Amino acid sequence: MRAQFVASEVGNGLRRNLTMTLAVIITVAVSLTLFGVSLLVRAQVDTMKDFWYDKVEVSLFLCAKSSDTPSCAGGAVTAAQRDQIEADLESLRPLVQDIYYESQTEAYARFQEQFANSPIVDSVNKNALPESFRVKLADPTQYDVVASAFSGRPGIEQVNDQRQVLDKFFRLLGGLQAIALIIAVVMSIVTVLLVANTMRVAAFSRRRETGIMRLVGASNLYIQLPFLLEAAVSAGIGAILAVGGLILAKAVVIDQILAPSFQFTAFVGWDAVAGIAPMLILVGIGLSGVAAFLTLRKYLRV
Amino acid sequence: MILFDTVTKLYPNQNRPALEDASLEIEKGEFVFLVGPSGSGKSTFLRLVLREERPTSGKVWVLGKDLSRLSNWKIPTLRREIGTVFQDFRLLPNKSVFENVAFALEVIGKPNAHIKKVVPEVLEVVGLEDKAQRRPDELSGGEQQRVAIARAFVNRPKLLLADEPTGNLDPGTSVGIMKLLDRINRLGTTVVMSTHDAQIVDQMRRRVVELENGHVVRDQSRGVYGYAR
Repeated sequence: MRAQFVASEVGNGLRRNLTMTLAVIITVAVSLTLFGVSLLVRAQVDTMKDFWYDKVEVSLFLCAKSSDTPSCAGGAVTAAQRDQIEADLESLRPLVQDIYYESQTEAYARFQEQFANSPIVDSVNKNALPESFRVKLADPTQYDVVASAFSGRPGIEQVNDQRQVLDKFFRLLGGLQAIALIIAVVMSIVTVLLVANTMRVAAFSRRRETGIMRLVGASNLYIQLPFLLEAAVSAGIGAILAVGGLILAKAVVIDQILAPSFQFTAFVGWDAVAGIAPMLILVGIGLSGVAAFLTLRKYLRV
Repeated sequence: MILFDTVTKLYPNQNRPALEDASLEIEKGEFVFLVGPSGSGKSTFLRLVLREERPTSGKVWVLGKDLSRLSNWKIPTLRREIGTVFQDFRLLPNKSVFENVAFALEVIGKPNAHIKKVVPEVLEVVGLEDKAQRRPDELSGGEQQRVAIARAFVNRPKLLLADEPTGNLDPGTSVGIMKLLDRINRLGTTVVMSTHDAQIVDQMRRRVVELENGHVVRDQSRGVYGYAR
């Protein structure tokens, strides 16, 4: 194999077909960027799940004086009820990992801390905040066991699972990921068709050369390799642009914009980007390679 | 060298076969004219030898190989032993004479040193050693066909197929081309040439195979173009 000959053929082909080459580069870049973003969102959801599921707890809010749910008909929770609830929670071990009691005083202190900058602090009375048991489960998905055992019991106003709140948010991110993925798939189809058409045009514009190559007994590999490499080179450039876009998304959108405004949560690290980047390049080159190969089989038969 | 055994070729969507029960043997070192009107099957014959087409029925043997048993990936190896020349030259307009001939060797992976050695040799055989750097459009028709012949011959094929090589040339130029093909034949290459040029066939007095409507109607050593002209 004469590398120099093949390389010059590839260079010529790309230059002669410049508009199509640019079109392939751009579609590959766009579809792979979207693919990368969708993978990044998924990595972000996983990161947040790891971060939050460690911290989520089930809260059993006990009746305060002002509570008006039916289970609080007897007014504020009594000491006997509270002891009974704690004993029942203890009996649920090992599903229940940690039990922590938060008094009204503590609840108020936490409230003040959370809303330190908000005028709402002044308008809330300490007695309006319920005392509660904060329960950490060994397996957060087993929330139902706790909920069915305690909700509606006298002395308990409400059983709250923080995971449910989080899951809504994760579903939103999941939806965004799905949309990015769908667009990426559609764009990939466009890319494949475009590469196929580019190869068709390239094969046609070089039919004189390939015709002579066939006649003098050049092998299929020799005839098709310049075309395949052309597709791979333009797809490779597109993939590198997509990786650049992904790095930009991580450096600017996540690190500069999102992370400073949402300091309470974790964001994906560079390791996720490093994991996705090679995948994008492989998918890009593979996608166009397959498209080119299938087209060439049709137009460059021996 | 070439053996056709009751070969029929029917192209898709056509009622009449391009070749029908054609049997023919061409020996090593022969010079054979393939004559007959347009549509008589000459080009189909050449395409079958090159394995550009497969026969509908019958068997084609070329260079000792049964082409019906030849797998696709071995076709290039077969074609490296066959040189081909066409009426329309089929040169690459953006390459010089030297590059056009070198192209045939480059694409079968021959090393540069080999190319630098054999291309000038073959240009000398066809008498174009002093025009190596010209482009095809700077050459006369006869010279262009010499380049095409040089390209077909540079790999020293055992068989040379020429499809109406003088069809675009004036009689004087054609004689020169025929002398060149004759010389190549004397160097040991079997030559099969399809032609409409009665004058050339009559002058050369070589084996003549006449096709008509896909049938071999005449096979004559030291023949002429036709009886009724």
